[in-house]
Amino acid sequence: MQKLEVRLKQVRMPELPVEERLHTFNEVALGYSEEQALAEAARCLQCTRPLCVEMCPLHVDIPEFIKLIRLGNYTEAAEKIRQKNCMPSICGRVCPQEALCAMGCKNTIGDPINIGALERFVADWELETGAAVPEIAPSTGKSVAVVGSGPAGLSVATELAKRGHNVVVFEALHEPGGVLIYGIPEFRLPKRVVKQEIDYVKKLGVEIKTNVIVGKTLTIDDLFDEGFNAVFIGTGAGLPKLLGIPGENLCGVYSLNEFLLRINLMKASLFPYKSKTPIKVQGRVAILGARGMDAARSALRLGAEEACIFYQRKVVGRVDDIRRGLEEGVKLQPSTKPVRLIGDEKRWVKLVELVKLKPVQPERIGKPKLIPEPGSEFLYSAETVIIATEHIPNTIAVANTTRNIKIAEKNKTIIVNQETLEATNGIFAGGDVVSGAASVIKAIEAGKRAAQSINAYITKH
Amino acid sequence: MANEIIFKEELAPEVKLIKVRAPLIARKAKSGQFVILRVNEDGERIPLTLIDWDPKDGTITLVFKEVGASTKELGKLEVGDHIHDLVGPLGKPSEIAFHSKVCVIGRGVAIAAAYERAKKMKEAGNNVTAIISARTAKQLIFKDAFRKISDRLYITTDDGSEGVKGYANDILRSLLESGERFDLVYAVGAATLMRSISETTKPYKIKTIVSLNSLMVDGTGMCGCCRVTVGGKPMFACVDGPDFDAHLVDFDEFRARIHMYDKEEKVALKIAGECGCRS
Repeated sequence: MQKLEVRLKQVRMPELPVEERLHTFNEVALGYSEEQALAEAARCLQCTRPLCVEMCPLHVDIPEFIKLIRLGNYTEAAEKIRQKNCMPSICGRVCPQEALCAMGCKNTIGDPINIGALERFVADWELETGAAVPEIAPSTGKSVAVVGSGPAGLSVATELAKRGHNVVVFEALHEPGGVLIYGIPEFRLPKRVVKQEIDYVKKLGVEIKTNVIVGKTLTIDDLFDEGFNAVFIGTGAGLPKLLGIPGENLCGVYSLNEFLLRINLMKASLFPYKSKTPIKVQGRVAILGARGMDAARSALRLGAEEACIFYQRKVVGRVDDIRRGLEEGVKLQPSTKPVRLIGDEKRWVKLVELVKLKPVQPERIGKPKLIPEPGSEFLYSAETVIIATEHIPNTIAVANTTRNIKIAEKNKTIIVNQETLEATNGIFAGGDVVSGAASVIKAIEAGKRAAQSINAYITKH
Repeated sequence: MANEIIFKEELAPEVKLIKVRAPLIARKAKSGQFVILRVNEDGERIPLTLIDWDPKDGTITLVFKEVGASTKELGKLEVGDHIHDLVGPLGKPSEIAFHSKVCVIGRGVAIAAAYERAKKMKEAGNNVTAIISARTAKQLIFKDAFRKISDRLYITTDDGSEGVKGYANDILRSLLESGERFDLVYAVGAATLMRSISETTKPYKIKTIVSLNSLMVDGTGMCGCCRVTVGGKPMFACVDGPDFDAHLVDFDEFRARIHMYDKEEKVALKIAGECGCRS
């Protein structure tokens, strides 16, 4: 009987106690011990037609790597994942498994297997014991410039380097990693982990040049003039979209990007001793928009009295991270919309005026629409406000080029052939800059697909 | 090696000029653009206007005033030292064209940036009137350089230690009141200077450009720290500027936002002083 119970319940991943979390940016999810990983791996039914593999955008051979864990072959298990996914320690932490692989888990009588936790366990094991560098094909003499060192760029670079091409990655910021470095907070994805994965990419022979803004420091034309045979644009969706309401430029109002950039990239939480970049978090913090969970959790760690997310329908995030946020004290106010921000005489934000939204069933079929309820306006006093709505693709790379790269007028994405990801002759693009803000794993998938097309293209030309 | 300081000069108390090896930036730089640099591993990203650049030499010239902890750190670097991170050129280039009569105004450390624009305006065939101002004579930089490229040069100091006692705006106003007309006025300096110049030229409907030194983090349009309302619309100084039509800028907002971290600046300065590292 006890055995069945064990099979039904997922092995819980240890976490930092809530009271400790609010004083540190250290990682909250602590990862499985070997014992826990073995227990969780034992729950896998080893399906013959595994749906989890189908649901994974990279089609990682999940039952196989779990089998290797059961055998205690952790390094081999990690290698198994790496055959399909170049960033297992990152995906194990930030992938929304509940909507991907774990959703396909056929362990229907119990919880799905915690595939992410197992992936993370073997990936961390591998990184700690030193990941073996796979065999690299002999040099082809062809070279590819990759613009942006986020998940898409690192993925394409990895795949092309393995095929023997010379790859140079250009990064605008002073540190490589893109959204993994500037966007995702330390408590969800330690920067040490990102650095280890980047070191792995470098070990494949990939060169990463930071502080180069393609479109400004060098243009795409310059890259071809320098002898690159193809260019990949993976510059992500890192531009903020403001709300367009009065008071948005008051002091104390941050875009989500600025808030996270200061904390994650510039280490503002260590100000003034170990970082020279300040950040202001005081009193109550209002986070306006569904993408605000990381900001809300960061604000609480920086001493906010309260952090409340105002949004319309659904908070964006992994189930575990939303749960952790709520445990830490993040407040949620659904069905609300900001109207304006009100400041004091010194132009510091003091109040947010919001309106409640009510659902209205459309005349025909469809989702109920949310419309402002007249007279339901209310005020929330806040000394720090973070605007966490949409993000727009960053197409600065395309600036000052003579090449014909088309950008969609509506959502500012780069237009590519959906199959080959080619934008125009020899120029490819993938990840959020093509899809709009999506996920790390989808960007990795795009990078892999682009690598195939680029490989075909440069072999021909 | 890139980012190496190859020349350093103290232009005035706490105002320094450095020439840095940066071939890629030197090749692409245009008038009015800027760079962002970090002095060390935990340093801030500091935006600085490009004062000069030489594509052949592969060098750029920067001028800065040691006001905060980070610029003080930068001031400690000597010839042969390397700047940890340096990226650019950033921002939209200034529109340099023939307007006929142009007045260029700069104050304090920003006289250097004003000089760069004035020189380009002169090269474009304009008749250049320059007004440079500072608190006191010692802080008047680029004086001789300005003399060479301007058709007329006015110098003012707040304390009267050199030139006319008073402010740049007083000179501009009296010129305009005496019937003098300009096709373009270009002002760079503190928020108060730019605002007063803007208010002076507005009734005369003289096109006036200011270069906004907003606070920035990435400098590529990612964060919006530098946003400012221009003509009722939110603009990012890093990608839409730094040059803007002065008559459309919300200076109250601009001024409030650049002083957002004044308290923190003081804390950082105090700590930098207390620990006494490398001083």
